[in-house]
Amino acid sequence: MKIAVCVSHVPDTATKVNIGPDGKTLDPNGVAFVLNPYDEYAIEEALKTKELLGESEVVVISLGPDVNKETIRKALAMGADGGVLLKDENYRDSYAVAKALAAEIETQGAQLVFFGKQSVDYDNGIVGQLTAEMLGFNCATVAVDFKLDGDKITVEREIEGGKEVVETSIPAVITAQKGLNEPRYASLKGIMAAKRKTIEEKEAAAAENYTEVLGMKKPPEKAAGKIVGEDASAVPELIRLLKEEAKVI
Amino acid sequence: MANNILVFIEQRDGKIKKASFEAAKAASDFAAKLGGEIKAVVIGGEVENVAQLGGYGAANVVHIKNSELTKYSSSAYAELLTKEMSDGGFDILFISNTAMGRDLAPRVAVQNNAAAIIDCTAFDYQDGTIVATRPVYAGKALVDVKATTEKKVFTLRPNVFSAGSPSDASATVEVKEVSDVNLKSRVVEEKLSSGKLDVAEADIIVSGGRGMKDAESFKLVEELAGLLGAAVGASRAVVDAGWRPHSEQVGQTGKTVSPSLYVALGISGAIQHLAGMRSSKFIVAVNKDKDAPIFQVADYGIVGDVFDVVPAMIEELKK
Repeated sequence: MKIAVCVSHVPDTATKVNIGPDGKTLDPNGVAFVLNPYDEYAIEEALKTKELLGESEVVVISLGPDVNKETIRKALAMGADGGVLLKDENYRDSYAVAKALAAEIETQGAQLVFFGKQSVDYDNGIVGQLTAEMLGFNCATVAVDFKLDGDKITVEREIEGGKEVVETSIPAVITAQKGLNEPRYASLKGIMAAKRKTIEEKEAAAAENYTEVLGMKKPPEKAAGKIVGEDASAVPELIRLLKEEAKVI
Repeated sequence: MANNILVFIEQRDGKIKKASFEAAKAASDFAAKLGGEIKAVVIGGEVENVAQLGGYGAANVVHIKNSELTKYSSSAYAELLTKEMSDGGFDILFISNTAMGRDLAPRVAVQNNAAAIIDCTAFDYQDGTIVATRPVYAGKALVDVKATTEKKVFTLRPNVFSAGSPSDASATVEVKEVSDVNLKSRVVEEKLSSGKLDVAEADIIVSGGRGMKDAESFKLVEELAGLLGAAVGASRAVVDAGWRPHSEQVGQTGKTVSPSLYVALGISGAIQHLAGMRSSKFIVAVNKDKDAPIFQVADYGIVGDVFDVVPAMIEELKK
């Protein structure tokens, strides 16, 4: 079976966000980009599934500019068999990204597709679901446990105050949450092998955006708060402020 | 018609979720601005007190009913909601941005050829266009977004839109029994930690960081949370160390929260943590280091050792 993993290339979570000159996007100056943290769990689950099934292949797909190859390369070093870069220099919203990914997944003939549950840039958390729906695949999101038995899929997904167990079947899209597994580190051998693996490059299928960003702004600065005091002696005053000034308890 | 809003009401275990009352009230307030009306859709088996949605501005409710729909099924819910949207000629759908809402919204969007705008924290209406505000980079920035499509699906961040106090108005409820629901993907079991509040829903959160020293010391955090009726949260360092489960993590690779009160104990305030909690209405920080970044966002701070201050807070609250 062919297994696809869709990955994105995002600013590191330690990034301080500055708004770019267009007033609509992040200023990429001085920003370190990394493989989206949730995608590491997606890659790991794809590799584990391949190891379990034998006779399968894991292909990594990423949409974006040339630099996304770094992220694809990281997945190849972890053990993925091949990579595809869907080239596009321009901003795409979730819908337009999903359109191009769906087209490529169809071309690849993948029956099982893993995504991270969301990218830590735009935080939409919907590309997996959109892609599944466009393909007519089943879908289970925010997975913390995944089991495949023949065509049958059982996923535990995180919900408020617990988990729910979802049953579905292949073909399917699964989106990975932290806790699904422990992503492996790329071994030196893996890193060397990744250099020899080819990344196929092609133009991303054209698609129109369904949304338009009008502007990006910083959240309102919080006014400097007050230090109520030091040590336990400040506690009665703190509790009084919470009750009488903030009125939150 | 174009300005009428359909609002999805989430039930679990036959009870309507608080976030759905917020969504109903927000839809009703916003529809009034647009000159439209709202209709609420409940999907489930037996559901308690559906008529009380009238108190939140939803005068008309349709309850789509089948015992197979008691638990969530993404395939069935998406199809039924899509049908309700197209049959009723609705161009706008509001859904609260819960685990279910975020799972469901994009599917309904594709089925309706609609844009999906996720995790909205404000809505504005400018020159005939709805402009939604939503956080990006876990709240380090906000974007204003509009849909370029005729149909639009919006999800609303819980705890941001106030449900207010309900009026006594009772909704007219139409029960639609359905059969042959599409259960290709379905929830077969819910495993809920009984009585445990979730950080994503809680009105008060008490979070602990590395300053709590070890997993054992979280008993103090739990005790304080218990007294305040709060959920227990944790920083990434604590979750990575295995002291607390990931479901409690607040921050960029955990949950982004907006409670009324956020109490940060022994949390220094890494940028990815601040991003996840800075929109809390009031923030209290207790930290030994007076220069810790957490104090820059805290409304009230105490410089001191958590093992000295937290027991004193517990004592004071017990008085």
